[in-house]
Amino acid sequence: MKVGKLSGKHPLKITFSILGAIIILFLTIPILTLYLLTKPEGFIGVFYDDEAVKAIILSILAATTSTIICLIFGVPLAFILARYNFKAKSLINSIIDLPLVIPHSVAGIAILSAYHSRSPLGWIFSNFGLIIEDSFWGIVAAMVFVSITILINSAKDGFSLVNREYEYVARSLGAGLTRIFFTIYIPLSFKPILSGVIMCWARAMSEVGAILIVAYFPKTAPVLIVERFLNYGLTAARPIAAVLLLVSVTIFMVLRFIGRGKR
Amino acid sequence: MLKLENVSKHWGNFTISNVSFTCKREEYFVIMGPTGAGKTLLLQLIAGIDHPDEGRIFIDDVDVTDLPSEKREIGYVPQNYALFPHFNVYENIAYGLKAKKLGYSEIDKKVKDLTQQLNIDHLLNRYPATLSGGEQQRVAIARALIIKPKLLLLDEPLGALDLKTREELRDYLRLVNRKFKVPVVHVTHDLTEALALADRLAIMFNGRILQIDTPEKVLSHPSNPVIPKLTGVYNIFRGKATPKNGLSLVKIDNLTLWVVGKYSGEVIVTVRPESILVSNSPIFSSGRNTLEGILENIENKGLVYAVIVNILGKKFTAYITKASLEELKLKPKSRVFLTFKASEVHVIER
Repeated sequence: MKVGKLSGKHPLKITFSILGAIIILFLTIPILTLYLLTKPEGFIGVFYDDEAVKAIILSILAATTSTIICLIFGVPLAFILARYNFKAKSLINSIIDLPLVIPHSVAGIAILSAYHSRSPLGWIFSNFGLIIEDSFWGIVAAMVFVSITILINSAKDGFSLVNREYEYVARSLGAGLTRIFFTIYIPLSFKPILSGVIMCWARAMSEVGAILIVAYFPKTAPVLIVERFLNYGLTAARPIAAVLLLVSVTIFMVLRFIGRGKR
Repeated sequence: MLKLENVSKHWGNFTISNVSFTCKREEYFVIMGPTGAGKTLLLQLIAGIDHPDEGRIFIDDVDVTDLPSEKREIGYVPQNYALFPHFNVYENIAYGLKAKKLGYSEIDKKVKDLTQQLNIDHLLNRYPATLSGGEQQRVAIARALIIKPKLLLLDEPLGALDLKTREELRDYLRLVNRKFKVPVVHVTHDLTEALALADRLAIMFNGRILQIDTPEKVLSHPSNPVIPKLTGVYNIFRGKATPKNGLSLVKIDNLTLWVVGKYSGEVIVTVRPESILVSNSPIFSSGRNTLEGILENIENKGLVYAVIVNILGKKFTAYITKASLEELKLKPKSRVFLTFKASEVHVIER
């Protein structure tokens, strides 16, 4: 759509602007309130609170691990879905979108039921030391489940926007598919993949519902916030929330900055 | 050398049927046809991007029908060139050599050699988005030539360019064909392009090849009534031009025509049938060309009549109205004069 200037006094423009302003306020007021109500001592106190620091570090580690797993398994699948036609394609696309519509507590129950260490599959994994209940890998499993959709879909969009002629020319020049994937498709889809990575990481970082059920311990930052809130109330939970928000936004901005300018 | 034997491909509601032709060593082979004739699909079959349902494709006498594109050693330049936007010109041209896993210094030497020969060495650090259409085309051709292809496939290579650049690059394409001794298959819908470049011309329509011959033969002796309708060309001759008195004289065997402009060397000339005046006796007019001949045939073309006149062995077609036909009392075998202005002769340099 061609973008014009937002000026003039048409009633539609005014109504839409007001509606937009209300929702922007609705979004920003809680975030600002979080910082206004957190006393500086409380904010600094979080960094001396061992449990909180551990939880935040754990959250970052688990979200990063989960995002790397999503990249390794999600990008190849996205390429296949963008580049080829096959029978089960629409079924697979629906399965990929499924985690978006499942309540996260339900996802947690399902993951735990299928992969706990006494289930057939969980038993096999447990022989390799992969036990999900109340473990780091349980957190990662829950995170992958709820966030990989975002990465697959944005990588898929990226790949399908690459002009197929580039591939034809590269092939005529003697390049095999592997070379073409790494020298043509990946660089030309870098931006959508990076934005998928950022959103996937952010989604993993913020997950709480599925993690509460699969792996309450070790406590991630969002789980600790829930716990503090339930046990001690709003005032006790607020400082960690404020710090977690700051950490997330900072990492988000850094990743965005890396992606700036690259196509 | 490229040879196609009865190549057919069904693709959606589109079909290429029974295409056979040979593009000889060092030949410039042009396939002309309207949009939707199947030219691009045919090139993709030759390039190995798509596989024909039936028929065989040979390159230098080797059956490559089942070889993947990357093993065929064919230079493919698609419409709009498809330069890799994230690589600069150097990296674009080096791509084929990197795929062959050549060493860095060898790649560097080859890229520099070729780009010097093609006069594009000043562009090496530029990115495709900053190049003009003509520059992009030269780079795309260099990228294809670097692998020493057995065949060069060009899909509407001049289509996206303005008129002046198009003329420049026409000469360039011919030069590439001669200098690198690479056979070229060039598809286009543009007649002037086809006439300027083709050693042989194939006419393609609805997924079929209708005729293959030298361009002037195809246009002067069309084997299929669709061809003149597609090309709109009736009077086409090959001759030798020499500048004279500010105009040029084109000698076509025993026949000479005046044309506007300074030309020398081999040319193809065409005259539109509706631009030719027909008379019973020589007429004094501003038309520089008055030719005497024998009327061979009269054909009803609907709104007009086509008068076919043999002048020293060359057949000219002129359009006249029914009224003129009756007033002139034209009959086969009668002596007639054809008159047209020098500026009505369209000249294409070869």
